[in-house]
Amino acid sequence: MDKKKKRLIFRSIVLAILAGTLVFVLIVNAGSDRPSLQEGMEAPNFELERLDQEGESIQLHDLRGQGVMINFWATYCEPCKEEMPYMDQLYEEYHDEGIEIVAVSVDKNESVINSFYNSLDLSFPSTHDRNETVMEAYEIVPLPTSYFINPDGTIERIVRGPVTLESLEEYFHEILPQ
Amino acid sequence: MSEKGIRCECGHLNKEGTVLCEACGKPIEGNQHIDGNDEKQVLEMRYEGSARRSQTYKRTFVDKTWAYFSSVKVGVWLIAITLFMSALGTIYPQEQFKNSPLPSSQFYVEEYGLTGQIFYQLGFHNMYSSWWYITLVALIGVSIIVASIDRYVPLRRALNNQKTKRHEVFVKRQRLVSKDNDLSDNEIESLKKNLKDKRYKVYEDDGHIMAEKNRFSRWGAYVNHIGLIIILMAAIFRMFEVMHVDDYVWVREGETRVIPSTNQEYYVENTEFVYEEYDPETQEQFSRALEDVEDPVPKNFQTNTVIYRTTEETLPGQEPELEEVTRGEIRLNQPVTFDGYSLYQAGTQLESEYDSMSFDVQLDEESLGEFTFYTDEAPPEFQLEESGLTINVDNWFPELEFTETGPSSFSKFPRNPGLILSIENPETEENERFFYLQEDIIPLSDANQIEMSVTDLDRRSASGLTVKKDNTLPLFGLGAGIFMIGVVQGMYWYHRRVWIHPKDGKYHIGVHTNKNWYGMKQELEKVTDGTNIKEFEDQQELK
Repeated sequence: MDKKKKRLIFRSIVLAILAGTLVFVLIVNAGSDRPSLQEGMEAPNFELERLDQEGESIQLHDLRGQGVMINFWATYCEPCKEEMPYMDQLYEEYHDEGIEIVAVSVDKNESVINSFYNSLDLSFPSTHDRNETVMEAYEIVPLPTSYFINPDGTIERIVRGPVTLESLEEYFHEILPQ
Repeated sequence: MSEKGIRCECGHLNKEGTVLCEACGKPIEGNQHIDGNDEKQVLEMRYEGSARRSQTYKRTFVDKTWAYFSSVKVGVWLIAITLFMSALGTIYPQEQFKNSPLPSSQFYVEEYGLTGQIFYQLGFHNMYSSWWYITLVALIGVSIIVASIDRYVPLRRALNNQKTKRHEVFVKRQRLVSKDNDLSDNEIESLKKNLKDKRYKVYEDDGHIMAEKNRFSRWGAYVNHIGLIIILMAAIFRMFEVMHVDDYVWVREGETRVIPSTNQEYYVENTEFVYEEYDPETQEQFSRALEDVEDPVPKNFQTNTVIYRTTEETLPGQEPELEEVTRGEIRLNQPVTFDGYSLYQAGTQLESEYDSMSFDVQLDEESLGEFTFYTDEAPPEFQLEESGLTINVDNWFPELEFTETGPSSFSKFPRNPGLILSIENPETEENERFFYLQEDIIPLSDANQIEMSVTDLDRRSASGLTVKKDNTLPLFGLGAGIFMIGVVQGMYWYHRRVWIHPKDGKYHIGVHTNKNWYGMKQELEKVTDGTNIKEFEDQQELK
């Protein structure tokens, strides 16, 4: 082969490897500080014991086919408590249409969760993330944060902050099973 | 295929762009401008006048890119810019070290004013992980690799192809020369012997003599570049969790927590936190030193830990099955290590939380019983053993604060616990309520007949542990080691050559060393001792 051609191929390969390495490093670096959970991705599975029904637990995978709202909250978070009545009101309306709500409390003590849950006479499942592992898997920073999961298990919407009655109803329609 | 290249009069076929013939050293006409030899008497010898390919072909895009990164000038500029930017990044703290609850958009302008705002808006608060900084470092890497290939290959060729018999012009245009010497055979022999004594390898060809030593010194630069490339690769590996982990976890006394960045595989339990101070009373040797110190001087921060790992894959939220891996005491600089991870003592919240509060209940000087409220359990009611009465916990505020709507809790951590308790008075059947706050319990009504008092408080500390794993350190060590070998190789040895060129019964002597000309001159004095070689002329100094 022509020497010049050989040299060109050699140089092209070396430069391509170096450029490829740079692009790879930049992608890895960009991925490290962005939250890895995004709309469209599959929601991580979890299993939590229910506080409202003793001895029963709830696993996200078992809720396939339903639209699921996962609501992360705590009793010391005022806006979390304010949106609870909206959730309860719409739950009665939409539960039969295939919407499930899982309230995940990140509190420390179950007594405070239960007393709040009972005081409002809430009806959707209440759970407690004791080891904060679900919270970590869902990359929760501000409270409240709500995940709206499609019937196929993918994330339709992530809401970081409180919801209103109107917006909540709109989000329910997005994840309503056909 | 046609013959490409330049045929020298000595018969050697040189690559296009060669400045000095690889074999005999004769300057090749038309190429002298490349190394600037057309303007100077002394020949540029840095790369032996070899054809650095980047200097010759610049036809395609690849060749142009190659030539760009091959340039030492470009490399030096890249390094200078990177150094300058790196320095700028240290003017104010980087975002992860700002140590403030304020968001960065406010922190920099409020703390440092206008310059802080500029710093933030230019993105310097995250400089070392920004795409442009990484690109700069990567370009230095590209420059190192390309420039090294581009110089090492032709230099090695030229040094391998060099002949003992050199062209007259080459010898005469070396920096140190001694021309037109009359030398006897004895003097030549003595010269050769002296050179050999100085560890030169002496070659002879048709009366021409070349003495050479320490050629390997020329490879030092390339060896240390290999070291640098290994270090850059180690830096890339650090971005992956498999190779490198640096995280932080707070564990309260009595608590078991998942260790972050371990894929929820490992858990750490804080069984006890130990804090000790230097005591001038019991340790007399410190009493003088402690005399002028107002605050107590800490002696020991220690976390007694048990490390567990999960025995099976657990879903988030599931209670994990744990088995003990190891246990140990973590002190400053004395980590607990397990399976490649290390836990270091890094932070303390000394007795910052309440573990439990104990109360005594009395009516008319008679005890109705005692109970202890554990903050981790926070049960909704207590049964008093002695009297069978029930205490209701109406409200529990782990971190009590008062807002417009009344008492509430700021967080779930029992840093400032508040309790509202109620008990039915067995005599009046009235419900009597009490408020525990600020380590004291007060009746919520003047009509309360029952008396409650705080009998005991138990506080606990939280320990901050850094989680570290670094499998890249051996690679950094290897890179640094190779780098040092390269530096030593190029620095403590010099590549030296002496050419003795007979011409019409006279001898021209040319000398080249790649550095330390002063040492070369001294060595020449010893080598030429006992001969009548004329004093060497330093042609560079003459200029």
